[in-house]
Amino acid sequence: MKTKFEKLLVTSVLAIGGFIVSIPFIWMVLSSFKSEREARTMPPTFWPEEFTFEHYINLFANLNFGTYFINTLIIVAFALLGLLFNTMAGYGFAKFQFKGREVVFLAVLATMMIPAQVAMIPVYLILNQMGLTNTMAGIILPGLIAAFNIFLIRQFMTTIPNDLIESARIDGAREFRIFFQIIIPLSKPVLAVQAILTFVGAWNSFLWPLIVANEQSLYTLSVGLALLRGQHASSFALQMAGATVMVIPVLILFVFVQRYIVEGFNTTGIK
Amino acid sequence: MNHKSPMTPWLFIGPAVLLLIMFSLLPILVSLTISFTDIDLIGLGNWDTIEFVGLENFINLIQDPLFHRSIFNTLIYVSIGVPLVIICSLSVALMLNYISSKLFTFFRVLFYVPSITNIVAIAVVWAFLYNMDVGLFNFVLNSLGFQDVPWLEHPFVAKISLIILAVWKGIGINMLIYLAALQSIPRSFYEAADIDGANKFQKLRFITIPSLSYATFFVTVTTLIGWLQFFEEPFVMTGGGPLDGTMSMALFIYERGFQYNEFGYAAAASLILFVFIIVATLIQFTFNKSKEN
Repeated sequence: MKTKFEKLLVTSVLAIGGFIVSIPFIWMVLSSFKSEREARTMPPTFWPEEFTFEHYINLFANLNFGTYFINTLIIVAFALLGLLFNTMAGYGFAKFQFKGREVVFLAVLATMMIPAQVAMIPVYLILNQMGLTNTMAGIILPGLIAAFNIFLIRQFMTTIPNDLIESARIDGAREFRIFFQIIIPLSKPVLAVQAILTFVGAWNSFLWPLIVANEQSLYTLSVGLALLRGQHASSFALQMAGATVMVIPVLILFVFVQRYIVEGFNTTGIK
Repeated sequence: MNHKSPMTPWLFIGPAVLLLIMFSLLPILVSLTISFTDIDLIGLGNWDTIEFVGLENFINLIQDPLFHRSIFNTLIYVSIGVPLVIICSLSVALMLNYISSKLFTFFRVLFYVPSITNIVAIAVVWAFLYNMDVGLFNFVLNSLGFQDVPWLEHPFVAKISLIILAVWKGIGINMLIYLAALQSIPRSFYEAADIDGANKFQKLRFITIPSLSYATFFVTVTTLIGWLQFFEEPFVMTGGGPLDGTMSMALFIYERGFQYNEFGYAAAASLILFVFIIVATLIQFTFNKSKEN
């Protein structure tokens, strides 16, 4: 049986662990409001002596973070279009009988094994051949489709009754109308999780923007931040402000939607 | 009867399949081809200058001390990092499973958050914490009476520092997988054990851990594959240094490919990494199968 003492012990261990895990976040946010001099003083201050927003202003006014921010949002928007393609493919594999379905689906699954680091050289050469290096399209296209997401969506959609689709067809509904008006609403549980994870993944994407973009006008927040670390190596408070700009939007989103992600984990059947 | 044509399914799967062919399957073929050539920046502009060099890239790689270094470092990352991630995420999941529901949600969010945080931002923040002169970690160590630790300045310590940060980031997602698995263990197992008079550790040893074997398998394979591709942490924090002490295979490929523009050489290295990943996965699968039998 669980004793009170054991419960208290486990809770305290978790509390200490949780505090250690959150130190980087706490330190990041607090340091971003300190002056550069204060961030470097030893012994360090915990709470900023003088709250300053100068680093945030500097990032957006002088260091192009506004452009990076917009580029990141563009990538997120297109990633959600990619999710639509994934969803369509999941539906196609789940609810249609056609010649070659098994082979094509197997090929789709096989692409899961190909890591980005293995694909990065040839993908760069392919993009170069298509004239897409140093373009937004070149940054977006390689990461648009994720085989694992197609797999998860397909698994979910096989549980949708065929009768529902058939009767809609008999009523004369066109295929894409069935997809948008029946299938998508029914797939909300899995799509909600996918949308959140797609958003986070696109927001955080680093490798393709790093490789494909040569100009600052195409950089995303993560590439811009890596650049900032290189160019302002000793401006720690400025770096912390840049990191905060990247991290906080996702954190806020996550606190609101974390329930769906956890439920999604339980329903997608990784047990 | 209806207007469903044989083309309809292809309209649905078409866009995804086309993009996967372009950016997943075709690249493997391209990679296989160019790894036997000397393609570089000049060759990229004018294909006539590209020459077929046979196995030269692979032979050079076998003799390249930096490539050896990157393999050695990657193996260290994997052999320390993967067990650590599994132990930490399983411990957190077991403890979370034990406490009451209100705190449960709070701690679950807390431990999961590093998983969804941008890796570049994390690396920037941790580089500040690890800083020799103005970093928080050395300040805390000094206050406790310890000496400075050269977190990112010593080739071996730097590897450990990167592993600590990656474990911190890796706990969350694996903890969720373990939590889902823990909650699917039938209560009747524990009730039967209670009747037999089993104590807590016996229950943990003979019911909980064995019931989690599939989750452990899944976590091990995905974590292993992830750690073999270790890239952003050394890229942002150390650039592979000091003295190539943190150079990983993925970073080696990136530098050869995009800083030195030796695309053929880098593609050959990436195929070797690919073989590592496939071998690791196959070993895992056979190991798990033999355990089941």
